[in-house]
Amino acid sequence: MTDETSAVVARGVRKTYGRTAALDGFDLTVPPGTVCGLLGPNGAGKTTAVRVLATLLRFDAGHARVAGHDVTRHPERVRAAIGLTGQYAAVDETLSGRQNLVLFGRLRHLPSRTVRRRADELLDQFGLTDAAGRSAGTYSGGMRRRLDLAASLITRPQVLFLDEPTTGLDPRSRNGLWDAVRTLVADGTTVLLTTQYLEEADQLADRVSVVDAGRVVAEGTSAELKARSGADRIELVVRHAGQLPTAAALVERITGGTVRVDREIRQLSAPVADRITALAELLRALQDAGIAVEDVVLRRPTLDEAFLHLTGDRSGRAGTEVAA
Amino acid sequence: MSTTVETRVPSGRAEQAPPSGPLTRLRWAVVDGWVMTGRNMRHVIRSPEEIVLYFSLPIMFVLVFGYVFGSGMAVPGDGSYREFLLPGVFVMTMLYGLGATASQIAVDAGRGVVDRFRSLPMARSALLTGRAGADLLRALLELSVLVVCGLLVGWRWRNGLGDAAAAVGLILLLRLALTWLGILLGLLVPNPDTVSVIVFPLAFPLTALSNVFVAPELLPEWLGAIAAWNPLSATVAAARDLFGNPGLGGGSWAAEHALLLAVGWPVLLIAVIAPLAVRRYQRLSR
Repeated sequence: MTDETSAVVARGVRKTYGRTAALDGFDLTVPPGTVCGLLGPNGAGKTTAVRVLATLLRFDAGHARVAGHDVTRHPERVRAAIGLTGQYAAVDETLSGRQNLVLFGRLRHLPSRTVRRRADELLDQFGLTDAAGRSAGTYSGGMRRRLDLAASLITRPQVLFLDEPTTGLDPRSRNGLWDAVRTLVADGTTVLLTTQYLEEADQLADRVSVVDAGRVVAEGTSAELKARSGADRIELVVRHAGQLPTAAALVERITGGTVRVDREIRQLSAPVADRITALAELLRALQDAGIAVEDVVLRRPTLDEAFLHLTGDRSGRAGTEVAA
Repeated sequence: MSTTVETRVPSGRAEQAPPSGPLTRLRWAVVDGWVMTGRNMRHVIRSPEEIVLYFSLPIMFVLVFGYVFGSGMAVPGDGSYREFLLPGVFVMTMLYGLGATASQIAVDAGRGVVDRFRSLPMARSALLTGRAGADLLRALLELSVLVVCGLLVGWRWRNGLGDAAAAVGLILLLRLALTWLGILLGLLVPNPDTVSVIVFPLAFPLTALSNVFVAPELLPEWLGAIAAWNPLSATVAAARDLFGNPGLGGGSWAAEHALLLAVGWPVLLIAVIAPLAVRRYQRLSR
């Protein structure tokens, strides 16, 4: 994949505010027709990256291309090829839903008949036909977000930027939005999605870039990132809390890893390398020791764990870690 | 939310971006500015209480100043104070419109929708020119109401329709300059509440130190000189001249060349302020 054929390319992009670098050597390559998830803690630089790529923000160093156009030299060509749906619904709150779509369509220089037809199609597609004549200011959060996405789709964007598109949405609206994004991608649109929801990246993104302190610190499919963040884990729940210490000692001897104990739910968990052998051995040992087990699972690490592993665990969640 | 595959969706292409020739660029800037003017006018239509506000202020000006103050005011030469006053009220209404311009730009600039405008392949100037366009239309409406009020309280234009239209044109030209001042203010103080607080102390002395209420020659000499050179005074004096209303005179150069200044001041203000405002807008949120 060369820089010329990629839908989004950033090379060494740097953006500073005073002395703080919001982007500090940001690199990204998104192949056309794919969904790239930008995942990172608050303040990692995800939104700054989107604003730079969407021509809203000038940057200090590096270069960026979107849909084949240089972001600095031909911003208006980039703007014609992109759609942007931000964290805060960027619609005119006084105008009605339909007036919003017509306005944004006309500012894209489409013939007015095309604009009106397209507005009606989008209102229908996003379930806003009944509310089409009402001020967008009276819409619920979910409706506003749908209108905002519709406003980005008046022309089919080559590249669509979604900046935390489902923050604050109920599950039904969120699923609807995900479906709409999948349909777009099936039609060939490239999507760059920032999200704090690991599930969202897992669901939608072909590849995930983990952003921390203004640069991409890890990149891969969500399966690759999970694999990189460490071994599978074995989790078991014992029936009697009193047997937890004995069970923990057994688990530690067999897996050789640090055992995590959660007394509340009587759960033990530990990383495990040779999955099935260790599982069989452990169950035998527990049975011999007379420890009743209620539940056992072997599972791959969640994207959540991968994320914390890759960005450094700053949330203090390790509090439940107890050496057995 | 259905997921029907749409086959006739226009695709985003570079051709929808403004082409690079200066003339075509200008054409797109005008088209986009006009679309944004339409957007701002729709705002007015959707909040009718604002229309009432538009018209109540000018009507109040005519009644309060014409009848309450008018009884005790003198006019140089011979003439009715109300006829002297009306061109001044026209111009003062234009000045106070600056507050609405500034706060509406501040509201726009503070909202997420400005991000959408900035991410569209539209002319960068359109948000500002659209504001100016809508405010000129609003000024035209206000002037119509004022003219009707004026006719009701005995004001007349006496030099024919052509001169009257020229006077209205000069007043609108001043309004355009004040609009750009309002736009710049709204961008510099991007908080709608602060803006309206700032505008009054700015506008009030400007009207007091002008020929709106009192002829400059009736003021102490140094005050009269300030009043005579005030951009508002130039437009008011030129309008009084063109309408054939009383209150002309004073021997100062500024008073003698009111027509020249009524064109020169606004043009100068626009030439200085409009580029500053566009620059400021382009630097928003960087």
